[in-house]
Amino acid sequence: MSVPVKRTQWDEDLSQFRKDHGLSKKVLLNCCLVRRIISWASPKQKDSVEDELELSAARHRPEALEQLEAQTRFSRKELQILYRGFKNECPSGVVNEDTFKEIYSQFFPQGDASTYAHFLFDAFDTDHNGSVSFEDFVMGLSILLRGTVQEKLNWAFNLYDINKDGYITKEEMLDIIKSIYDMMGKCTYPTLKEETPRQHVEIFFQKMDKNRDGVVTIDEFIDCCQNDENIMKSMQLFENVI
Amino acid sequence: MAAGVAAWLPFARAAAIGWMPVANLPMPVAPTNKNKHQDEIIILNVSGRRFQTWRNTLDRYPDTLLGSSEKEFFFNEETREYFFDRDPDVFRSILNFYRTGKLHYPRYECISAYDEELSFFGIIPEIISDCCYEEYKDRKRENIERLMDDLEDKKDSKLPNMTFRETMWRAFENPHTSTMALVFYYVTGFFIAISVTTNVIETVPCSSMPNQRDVPCGERYTEAFFCMDTACVMIFTVEYLMRLFAAPSRYRFMRSVMSIIDVVAILPYYIGLVMTNNEDVSGAFVTLRVFRVFRIFKFSRHSQGLRILGYTLKSCASELGFLLFSLTMAIIIFATVMFYAEKGSSSTKFTSIPASFWYTIVTMTTLGYGDMVPKTIAGKIFGSICSLSGVLVIALPVPVIVSNFSRIYHQNQRADKRRAQKVQKARLARMRISKSGSSSAVLHSKRNGLNQSLELTGSLEEDQQLKKTTSLLESQHHHLLHCLEKTTNHEFVDERLYEQGYLQTALQNFPSQSPSLSSEEGITGTCCSRRTKKNIQALSATHSHTHNLQELSALHIQCGEQHPLNTRLALSVSTEGVSTCKLHIWSIISNQALISVK
Repeated sequence: MSVPVKRTQWDEDLSQFRKDHGLSKKVLLNCCLVRRIISWASPKQKDSVEDELELSAARHRPEALEQLEAQTRFSRKELQILYRGFKNECPSGVVNEDTFKEIYSQFFPQGDASTYAHFLFDAFDTDHNGSVSFEDFVMGLSILLRGTVQEKLNWAFNLYDINKDGYITKEEMLDIIKSIYDMMGKCTYPTLKEETPRQHVEIFFQKMDKNRDGVVTIDEFIDCCQNDENIMKSMQLFENVI
Repeated sequence: MAAGVAAWLPFARAAAIGWMPVANLPMPVAPTNKNKHQDEIIILNVSGRRFQTWRNTLDRYPDTLLGSSEKEFFFNEETREYFFDRDPDVFRSILNFYRTGKLHYPRYECISAYDEELSFFGIIPEIISDCCYEEYKDRKRENIERLMDDLEDKKDSKLPNMTFRETMWRAFENPHTSTMALVFYYVTGFFIAISVTTNVIETVPCSSMPNQRDVPCGERYTEAFFCMDTACVMIFTVEYLMRLFAAPSRYRFMRSVMSIIDVVAILPYYIGLVMTNNEDVSGAFVTLRVFRVFRIFKFSRHSQGLRILGYTLKSCASELGFLLFSLTMAIIIFATVMFYAEKGSSSTKFTSIPASFWYTIVTMTTLGYGDMVPKTIAGKIFGSICSLSGVLVIALPVPVIVSNFSRIYHQNQRADKRRAQKVQKARLARMRISKSGSSSAVLHSKRNGLNQSLELTGSLEEDQQLKKTTSLLESQHHHLLHCLEKTTNHEFVDERLYEQGYLQTALQNFPSQSPSLSSEEGITGTCCSRRTKKNIQALSATHSHTHNLQELSALHIQCGEQHPLNTRLALSVSTEGVSTCKLHIWSIISNQALISVK
């Protein structure tokens, strides 16, 4: 399919075409009209071409193993294992948001993990094209499992900052925390109350927001986390997951 | 948890880093992967055909033969492979189950062979995926029915110790059991035929002499026909009485359709005997003879097809009802229209709407006798519309009835309806079970108190204990859920406890009746409360303790507000302290029992 040209070019081309073939404007218009009617009457042909393109877009092959090895901190063997698991669950090579939510929900049978999965999906889908390819997946995992503490905290900040403007507001944090509590489900002890997420957000902001301006910036976040022993320890928790 | 998704567990655990900055509590220690050998390919030799797969794939389901150490029994040292002397075709589906997490049932496979293979490899058939489950269940039911039929046949041939009555009943029901029964069967059939034929011939006019008017044979040879009738009725009466005697449940027999037909068939004769020379009711007596035609229904005992037809009509009652209803509607509409259309014409036969009914019925069923025809143009137009629509209205339900008949003949219709309901219910139940299975596994391991030991001050002995009871995958999944609990500072509980806690929060809005209790037992309550609450669940399942537990949970909620303090206390209590806490809790329970008694 040809790339659509700019409109001015088309006008010039059309007038040139008319001059070359000695056609009047009316005849040309009728021609176009007939073609339009034909294409309207048989829309299937157009669709099938588009469908074909969509299909081929849905099948995605990742970059070569060497390239991924260079870009991430995983060894060759680890990448092989990761890819096999990835491809098993998503034979087409890309994960769209619904599949992602479904997979993630399987780990939390008691609650509703779809909201948090949505935020995770946004965090993994770095180029924001609506699907997570194997490269996105492996880059994200590389940061989470093999990255420095700074990188991990960066990633976490990026997760919390829903609109990616560099600040975490109370509303964003409330959304995140509500989605985490949603994963717990209904049957918890003690029973979840309405104000529990809000209280949690307050505690978080008290800890993190040093200058009390109502938002948490990346520097405040990283500073505060680095001074908190618990958080530091828990960041190292999943080192040996692969 | 599906096997395919198990590959994503590392991802889920890595994503848990997103919770860490939000959590206020320390996280539990992660279970370590002790045997971190490289993943190897193992060879499974099934009757000569070699299958190869990763060891991890098989380890996904540790409670099957291939996933557990049971497969070591089949390990062949010389060839370094696992040899199974089983069917390789069925093994293909079984291995695909490990790979994809879905078990499929191949249609060409015999159901009993498949079942055997499944039980050999330790896989329960209930996990067959939805796409193949119905087929599997259908075949299984057919198989069971076939086995039951075989059993019944075998049963019929033996059984020496039956009473005379039971033998008679069996003889009546299955004529093939003995020669006497067969003789009886044919004799009764013959007499039914004779009886029906005499009824028919009775009315045929047989001319005695050319100049006399034709009289029906029944009036000419009255005595011959009377003797014939008497003989038949005697046979039928004897047969009916014998069946009544032999029936295991006489009341049920008398209510059954066949016995009613029998009674109706022989009753006119006796009534006729009783009131022979009474002129008034002779007219009614004549009508009663019509019921003799019911003798033909006695043939349904002799014909399977007739019974099926009767059964079809009974089960297609809704379609027949629809046919009748739509016909009635159409008849009324068209009769009205024709009446008003023909009202104008003179000497018309359409004298009233009920009179037009006859025309409408004859036209709609495309009979067209021609005794009533419309004369006006409007009448003719509506008449033609009537005949066209009649074809449609009648043609619609009839194929349904026909197809029903053929279906019943293959013994499917009744099972279909019930099966549809059961399958849907069973499918929902299975989905619920698989969902609750994983969540109940978490709660089960929590109740064992094993996760508690994996606090940051973790000890190693219980860690090894963990390995024996759960697989690595499960322990990693439980660790993930435990991290979530710590992040949100709430715990997963099952439905029962949740409802109790819910009741307590409702009660808490009203002032509790024992404030002194909370202050007295407060300190001992809090420090051991969370850990020993689970022990209480294990110890006391009886109803009498639920009240006390509710009191305890009220304590929990009251002191639940000061969370960080309590958890530190809980952490500091060592495992030996648990047993002393148990004693404490028992004392609390007994105290509460005393107080509640007061």
